[in-house]
Amino acid sequence: MCLATLEVFWTVIEVMMDVCNWDGTVSAKDFRIGALSFAQKWESLNSAFPPWSWVPCPKHSWLASHELLQEEGYLSLENICISRPNEEDIDQNSQTDPGEEETSCSEKEDDIDDATLVQSNHHELHYCDFHVVYSYTFRVPVLYLRAYCSDGRPLLLDEIEKELPACSSKELPETKWAFITQEEHPYLKRPWYKLHPCGTSEFMKLLFLGGDTAQPKLEVVLELYLLSWFSAVGQVVGLTIPCKMLNDR
Amino acid sequence: MRKALQKRMEAQKYVWEGAIPLQIHLHESQVTTLPPPPPALILAPRIGYLPLLVPLIKPHFRSTLPPGVDTIWFEYRGLPLKWYIPTGVLFDLLCAEPERPWNITVHFRGYPGNVLIPCDGEDSVKWSFINSLKEAAYIINGNCKNVMNMSQSDQLELWHSVMNGNLEAYLRVSSKLKLATIEDEYTSLCSSKSQQGSGETDFTGQVKTGRVPVRLYVWGLSEDFDDLEDISQVDSWEKISYVNRPVEIHKEGKCFTLHDAMKNLLPEFFSDESLSDSKLAGVDFEDVQKIPSEDVSSNKVVEDRGQNAYEHREACYISSSAEIKLIRIQGIEPKLEIPFSWLVNNLLNPDHFLHICVCVKVPQ
Repeated sequence: MCLATLEVFWTVIEVMMDVCNWDGTVSAKDFRIGALSFAQKWESLNSAFPPWSWVPCPKHSWLASHELLQEEGYLSLENICISRPNEEDIDQNSQTDPGEEETSCSEKEDDIDDATLVQSNHHELHYCDFHVVYSYTFRVPVLYLRAYCSDGRPLLLDEIEKELPACSSKELPETKWAFITQEEHPYLKRPWYKLHPCGTSEFMKLLFLGGDTAQPKLEVVLELYLLSWFSAVGQVVGLTIPCKMLNDR
Repeated sequence: MRKALQKRMEAQKYVWEGAIPLQIHLHESQVTTLPPPPPALILAPRIGYLPLLVPLIKPHFRSTLPPGVDTIWFEYRGLPLKWYIPTGVLFDLLCAEPERPWNITVHFRGYPGNVLIPCDGEDSVKWSFINSLKEAAYIINGNCKNVMNMSQSDQLELWHSVMNGNLEAYLRVSSKLKLATIEDEYTSLCSSKSQQGSGETDFTGQVKTGRVPVRLYVWGLSEDFDDLEDISQVDSWEKISYVNRPVEIHKEGKCFTLHDAMKNLLPEFFSDESLSDSKLAGVDFEDVQKIPSEDVSSNKVVEDRGQNAYEHREACYISSSAEIKLIRIQGIEPKLEIPFSWLVNNLLNPDHFLHICVCVKVPQ
């Protein structure tokens, strides 16, 4: 069976949280554990989706040769084609329609194989890199993204908004928890676009509210945390998770 | 208590009045007249930002600029300067041996967009400042509602107070934000009337445990040096780690010092022995009476302490030859024994962050 909507997904989750005390945030160590597990699982599924990878990063770039036990890093997904197909084609980057529970999951897996997308020659392709970085301030994961043309020229925000309309300054406020700004990537030290986390913790807490709060259990499944965070954030930038990631619980 | 506040205002006044003398040269590629224009001499507020000086700089060079659109940026010996870092911090970080006046170069063309985030003048700087303030509010209070709910006029007044270096106006508006400070351990140690009784808080709402907004800039050097003048220049931002993490303070009866804060932020530079709760050599604060207080969020504190201790155990100590050579805050090099709370209550930037520049020497 295939679960295509977030709502249905959460009804089969067996983890229960001590909702009163958990504020929706995670520690840096927890983020790393969850991220590594997330990346491993994604890759092991061998799906048509390009894999997320964990990129270890030394805390001090000038100490790259020294191995610091306390590894930091980020999740990376790069070279994703975000160009919209021609008008005649099905809009393959559209967000999941909650009504389409049963039909579309397997179709969607095939559709979002962007690597084989065929474009007419006059339509230049745009690509995007996504990094999931831990924020020590907000204690939640944060999405950074960068878009560019096939010749490497960086895209400006209004060009990105054309490909990922959910990122636009008009639509993001609708999600009530995110807006996009240009900031320095914490590790790469270059200008990237960042999806602001203010409100992520409240959102994450809400997500975990489904379940029997009468019997609270303090079992935090960290992989699930990242998965659920990603389910929400991914919708904003048009990325989805393979159904197998959700099913395997 | 009033005397303590007066002293705090005094220290803050010094910080706000601090300035860096700049000698700003126009980059040769943009000089179109002969003889080339003399450099502009400007006294830049420490707590300010370089783009805010443009109204003073531009008229000075206007007659010699080539025609076209201006995209202004600054550079020190080839290193593009990040405009969202306060001027004083840039100076403390990049001028190991303080250079007075500080010779920097201004460009009106060729903005390095691959390295620097675009800057559209005052608005960009204001946005960056408000954003930092939100971050600080989140760290201190657990949410940024107070900043988000500021009225337009308050926000403008706050921003103008920073631009104009008007400390009184700043304190007037920022006090409405109710950003809790941490207890001033220095004052309570000095004063004979240090015991205020349990549960009493003053109007600033002091808390005993919490997170402090800190921005740490760590410059790593592989060479040893006796004199700061001998250090080679920072030629790339790759040589500087930017550690934007709050310091978590746990009150355990003894004073939380700058040394403790550095162990918290850079555990990799301290040996395992010093990570344990041993007394700091030469300093004994056990005489301070414990003042019982309500933990605002006890669960979080316990969780944070656990995590902190865990990260200390996990941290790899680099080697005995790695050491912190220099710590600078607002141009001052404080002793490691100084109570961290004093630094926080007196040396903050208007964005409510404590900006700390550190120079470390590492083995090859």
